[in-house]
Parts: sequence; structure tokens; C-alpha cells
Amino acid sequence: MLALWNEFAPTLLDGLRDTLYMTGLATLFAYLAGMPLGILLVATDKGGIAENRFINSLFGWVINIGRSIPFVVLMLAVIPVTRLIAGKIIGPTAAVVPLFIAAAPFVARLVESSLAEVDSGVIEAARCMGATNRQIVSKVLLGESTPSLVRGLSITTITLIGYSAMAGALGAGGLGDIAVRYGLHRGRTDVMILTVLLLIVVVCVIQLFFDLLSAGIDRRNR
Amino acid sequence: MIEIRNLTKIFSGKHQEVTALRDVNLKIDKGDIFGIIGMSGAGKSTLLRCLCLLEQPTSGTVLLDGVDTAALTGKQKLETRRKMGVVFQGYNLLMQKTVYDNVAFPLTLCGTPKAVIAQKVASLLSLVGLSDKAQCYPSQLSGGQKQRVALARALATDPEVLYCDEPTSALDSLTTRSVLDLLENINRTLGVTIVIITHEISVVRRICNKVAVIDASRFVEWGDTSRVFDHPQTDITLQLLGYSAS
Repeated sequence: MLALWNEFAPTLLDGLRDTLYMTGLATLFAYLAGMPLGILLVATDKGGIAENRFINSLFGWVINIGRSIPFVVLMLAVIPVTRLIAGKIIGPTAAVVPLFIAAAPFVARLVESSLAEVDSGVIEAARCMGATNRQIVSKVLLGESTPSLVRGLSITTITLIGYSAMAGALGAGGLGDIAVRYGLHRGRTDVMILTVLLLIVVVCVIQLFFDLLSAGIDRRNR
Repeated sequence: MIEIRNLTKIFSGKHQEVTALRDVNLKIDKGDIFGIIGMSGAGKSTLLRCLCLLEQPTSGTVLLDGVDTAALTGKQKLETRRKMGVVFQGYNLLMQKTVYDNVAFPLTLCGTPKAVIAQKVASLLSLVGLSDKAQCYPSQLSGGQKQRVALARALATDPEVLYCDEPTSALDSLTTRSVLDLLENINRTLGVTIVIITHEISVVRRICNKVAVIDASRFVEWGDTSRVFDHPQTDITLQLLGYSAS
């Protein structure tokens, strides 16, 4: 096992680096787009701070459509967009584009559900104190839901690691690519197992990190 | 100071309309501790929500110092809200912020300088007897302490009027007493007009100098607490006082 690790460590660590690069960048961009979208959904929802049925259902539908396309299909379908944005369709950087497109609506729904958990009484109290909508979003909705948002971030990151493995099978590199090349094409079951183990460790570490972070910043139960 | 004129609030649902308030009139003077008492569903919470600008009346006006608050929009509405404090039954504190930050919250909303906030929060916390809890979080406090924090928060912007929606309904009798004493003390020392919505006759008896009884979306009796309670004129008041209806 150790010998195997020594032989494949450079390959696996390269793959891990690519996987984390794709996942990290896609998560970042997905939140840049998904966070405002989630806020918009909550704000324009029935009984929200800026109720607007038209905007709410319009973006609701866009998000639903985005979420209903399986990632493998989406990745192939957006190849022209990927080429336009990344300038190429192979490699980890190119994979960030479809990963971002798949994750943004996912993040929007996660953020929406986190913000919707905030007690409506607290929002009304802030309104009574003369808070503007902007202040309600930044100081009440986001401030009160931070632990829940962090848990959402861990769900997104781990889901994207899974997606990135699919992207890897289609030329993006990363750990998914190693599993396909060695595990499948060369019949190296041992390398396959090593890759799977590495993925398990990475996912556990990420989950643990965000769980501890979320619990550490939550002021409700202490 | 507060004058409610011909206030009507109708909630129109999909299948039916619900009239929560029907042509309500009321005058509350400066310095009063005014109790509004009624059974569940009588319309008292809707009335409070109209008073603190959370609901828009269907018709009629709510005058605060002669200004029709229902007609206010934008910035004027925000500034009028800052002239009133509201205390809720469920406290509605920010659970992720310390007691200090909760009390400071209304002040940070209007951009008050930090030094001024520090001074104000310290004096409010000492007023409600929670100076030692400044760095605690609401989850570490008892119900009575949370309501004291809510009270301090409501007073942060030096409001002219304090609206309390069932402020003691979630508290035991001993804690209720201390919160009511505190309200009375605030009324006396700061001269804040207090409007209390409640279903508990004991709350009104204890601190309200005036009372209005609300039933089926309108006021049925109002006046000095002692007069209304000593000479009840309506069945509903008798019921609230604990007598069975005649």
C-alpha cells in the first residue's frame, strides 16, 4: 500500500490539486451569483420584505430549469459557452464554467432556505426600528443565518467535488480523471481504491471543518 | 398624543374578507400607560400593528402628534418608526448577537457614533438591571431577562411612545411583576407613553391608568382603569374580570 502510494502520490496529489482548484473556484463564483439570487428569492417571496410575485416566479423558474438538467448533460450542452468564456473546453479551468452554471441555482436555493429560517418576528422588529430593506438583508437575514449558510457552503463544496469527478471523466482532469484513466482503462483496481480513499478523506475533512466552523459561530445553543 | 380616527382594517383573503377592526376611535394622552384588553381574535394585535406601522389601515387615520402616520412613506416613515419602541411577546431578539449588540442595534441602523452608542447602551442596561449581561447571548438568558433586553432595545432611540404586545404573556407571575414594575418606572422617570396590548386583566390593573376594552373588532368600553373595572358596563368586561356573563 505504501509502495503504491509512493508510486502514485505525485499523480494523485496533482489530481487532488486540480479537483480542489475546480471545486474552489466554481464554489466561489457560484456564491457570487447564487447568494444575490437567493436573497432576491426570499425578499420577493410572499410576505417577504419586497414582495414581488412576477420577479419571484421568473427567477424561480430560471433556477428550476437550471437545476433540472443533469450535470453530465449540462456540461456537454454548454460547451459553446465554455469555449467563449474559458477559451478552451479541456482542463480544470474550462470545467469551472459548467460547474459554476450547475452550482449557482443550487446555491440560490440553499441560500433561500437558510434565509427563510430567520424568524419573521425578528424581521418585523427590525422594521419597527426603522431598518431599511438593505439593512434587514445585511444585518438581520444574513447575520442571523450565518451558521446555516456555512452548512450550505459545505453541502455545495462536497456536491461540487462530486460534479468535478464527472467533469474529470470528460476531460477536466482531477481525481475523477485519474479514476477513469487508471482504474477503468488500465484496470488498476488498486489505484482506483486509492483514489476513492483519497476522496473520502478529502470530503470528511471538508465536512468536519465546516461543521466545526458552523457550530463555533452559532450563538444559539450555549 | 396618539389619536385613532375611524380606523378600519379588512384583510381580504381568497375566499372571504375578515374585518379585524371596524371604525375604531381612541385617544391616548402623553404620559399614559394605556391598556388595550380583549380576548384572542378581538382585533387587539391588528390595532397594535396599525399603530406601529406594520399594517396599513384599510381606512381611517392614526395620528401621532397630529401627523397621519398611515400616509407616511419612505424616509419619513422610517424616522417616525424611530420615534416609537415596540416590545413583542416573543422578544424577537437577534439570536446571533450579544445583549450589547441587540440594544445597540436600533442605534447602528441610523448611524449613531460608536462612543454615543456605548454610553447609551450602558445606561439602558443599567436601567433594566442587566449591566453584567452585556456580553451574553440571548440563548443564555431567561425569559424575563430577554424581555428586559427587548425593552432596553426599544428604548434605545429615546422613543416618545412604547408599544407592548402581550409583553408578559410568556412569563411567570413573579417575572411578570418585575417587568411591569420596570415599565412603570420607565413611564415615570423617562415620561414615555406606554400602550400595552394584553388579555390579562391583572396586567391592566397593576400599571395602566387607562384602559379600552376591545371586542369583535371594536371598542366597547374605555376610560380610567378604576372606573371601567369598578363599574363594568358590558358583558365582555365582566367576563374579562372573571364574572360569568349575565
